[in-house]
Amino acid sequence: MNRVLPILTILVAILAFWYAAAIWMNAPWQNILNGRANLENVPFMEFAAQTWAQDKPVLPAPHQVVSEIWNATMGLEFTSRRSLALHAWITLSATLLGFVFGTALGVVLAVAIVHNDATDRSLMPWIIASQTIPILAIAPMVVVGLGAVGLTGLVPKALISMYLSFFPVVVGMVKGLRSPETIQLDLMRTYDANPWQVFWKLRWPAALPMLFASMKVGIAISLIGAVVAELSNAAGGGLGVRLLTGSYNGQTIQIWAALFIAAGLAAVLVAIVGAAEKFVNARIGVRA
Amino acid sequence: MKSGLTLLQSLLALLAGGMALCGLIGAAISADAEILLTVAVGLGALTLARFFFRPISLWLDGLAAVLIAVALVLALPRGSAMPGHYWFAMVSAWAFAWLFVDQLSGEIRKGTVPRKTMGLLIPAVFGVALLVVWEIVTRGANVPPVLLPAPSAIGAQLANSAPILWADFVQTFIKSVIPGYIIGCLAGLIVAIAVDRSPFLKAGLLPIGNFMSALPIIGIAPIMVMWFGFDWQSKAAVVVAMTFFPMLVNTVAGLNAASSIERDLMRTYAANYWQTLLKLRLPAAGPFIFNALKINSTLALIGAIVAEFFGTPVVGMGFRISTGVGRLAIDLVWAEIAVAAIAGSAFYGVIALIERGVTFWHPSVRGGRA
Repeated sequence: MNRVLPILTILVAILAFWYAAAIWMNAPWQNILNGRANLENVPFMEFAAQTWAQDKPVLPAPHQVVSEIWNATMGLEFTSRRSLALHAWITLSATLLGFVFGTALGVVLAVAIVHNDATDRSLMPWIIASQTIPILAIAPMVVVGLGAVGLTGLVPKALISMYLSFFPVVVGMVKGLRSPETIQLDLMRTYDANPWQVFWKLRWPAALPMLFASMKVGIAISLIGAVVAELSNAAGGGLGVRLLTGSYNGQTIQIWAALFIAAGLAAVLVAIVGAAEKFVNARIGVRA
Repeated sequence: MKSGLTLLQSLLALLAGGMALCGLIGAAISADAEILLTVAVGLGALTLARFFFRPISLWLDGLAAVLIAVALVLALPRGSAMPGHYWFAMVSAWAFAWLFVDQLSGEIRKGTVPRKTMGLLIPAVFGVALLVVWEIVTRGANVPPVLLPAPSAIGAQLANSAPILWADFVQTFIKSVIPGYIIGCLAGLIVAIAVDRSPFLKAGLLPIGNFMSALPIIGIAPIMVMWFGFDWQSKAAVVVAMTFFPMLVNTVAGLNAASSIERDLMRTYAANYWQTLLKLRLPAAGPFIFNALKINSTLALIGAIVAEFFGTPVVGMGFRISTGVGRLAIDLVWAEIAVAAIAGSAFYGVIALIERGVTFWHPSVRGGRA
């Protein structure tokens, strides 16, 4: 209970602030509407209710967003072009594919870096530099460029996600694979372990906690990569496309709904990785 | 073994020399090779002698890599694919460069060459090698420029459209990124310090802040564009939202970094809250705060550029990239990306330098390799 209460308090405060802000931000337009309808001296409570029920509000009230999410997921056929569940699925599949690619690439690079001095010295600075390049910004171009060679649909988006998610994995894994201490490595030497055995029996288990910590970061940014990659291909669908069409048509409720679904996806994905982490850590006997 | 190399190095040396030999044979058979390239691969093939006579210096390997690469780039034909046997030379140059780097890092480990300068040489070799291969593959295989322009074409575009690029840079970086970054980081810092006084607020805000920094905050870009208009204000707002939470979470964590023994010392000095904060806890939080500043430096640039996809005045890096893709002016887009990459790296570098100066006492700065 000790941990839930403060969080709940903050959440309630955010909700209250949100409703208040919705009144304030939607008020000018509501005044115009009421002026047109010759309504005067509307009582405050009624006015507030009006601002929370506009069609295209500047800031939709939370319940509007929630009902839009409900209508667009449960209320529609899954195959409908307007179904948020379908778009969420499109984004999710690209995210997962990119995440798997990225994690695999990250682990392979980390193993190469730990075992070869030259790789370490030549690759590591560039891996770090690669992340200062705003890859998200060129996502549209990558998607278009790959489309020109016939790669369309899932793979270009997954490649963007991969580029983003391999980085935390490399950094975490390098740290993790190097974490065994000299005394432990010496013990392996006294056992006459070959490099292969040192890797599987010492370095890899030692790196697992770091791997999971990195994967939690990686899957979150892999989702961001997929969403942004979708911005450039309006025909392909996905949450990014919902954001884009919503912004072109002024459908604020649609934008917020897509945003919330994306946030929910991120939360669920991170939670799943977290659960896997707990399970694996318990199996290999990591002390919390 | 006579060559004095490890197994990997021997394989590389064999590959490098062998490929050079193949290139030489190819040039002899087809008789359409440039003189310079033929000489270069000939020299490369000579290095095979190391297996029979005596080891050769790693600098000769480096020289061979440079020679073959330069000769190959000069020999590239314009407007058509290069002869097939040129590919041998490319692989050979790549193998020579790798061999050179591998031997050099071995020497650094032994301490026979100075670590500082040579340590910088290795990543530089890798970067240049990547550029050279890119140039050779795009021009040699005649890749359509719409797909992937050669680095030389991008460089030319960079020089040609400097005024446009500069205007975009000012619009995106100076007007959107910097103000948004400063506001976002300061707000995160101040809120963290304010929250830090109340354990209740801290317990509530920290999980939410952690959660928020994992969310695709970039998605609020269309909303910000609606609220703040098309100009830089909306981009700065996105940057503020993106940079706020990493700063908040890291600062809160950092403020707890000072150990209780140090805090007790401040108590024995009768230091009040602000003195403890300014002289002990904020400096102790330095590494965490700089960590957030570094994370935010990339996030800020991404946020501003992506926000421009949702509507901008007709200037800005994101605008140029999205319209460039539409008009198939891919070399201009790549030039813009180069500017963004340089700006991003420089931004990161400046913060890392400041960090070295400010948190000079931290073990990660004092001791050796990061």
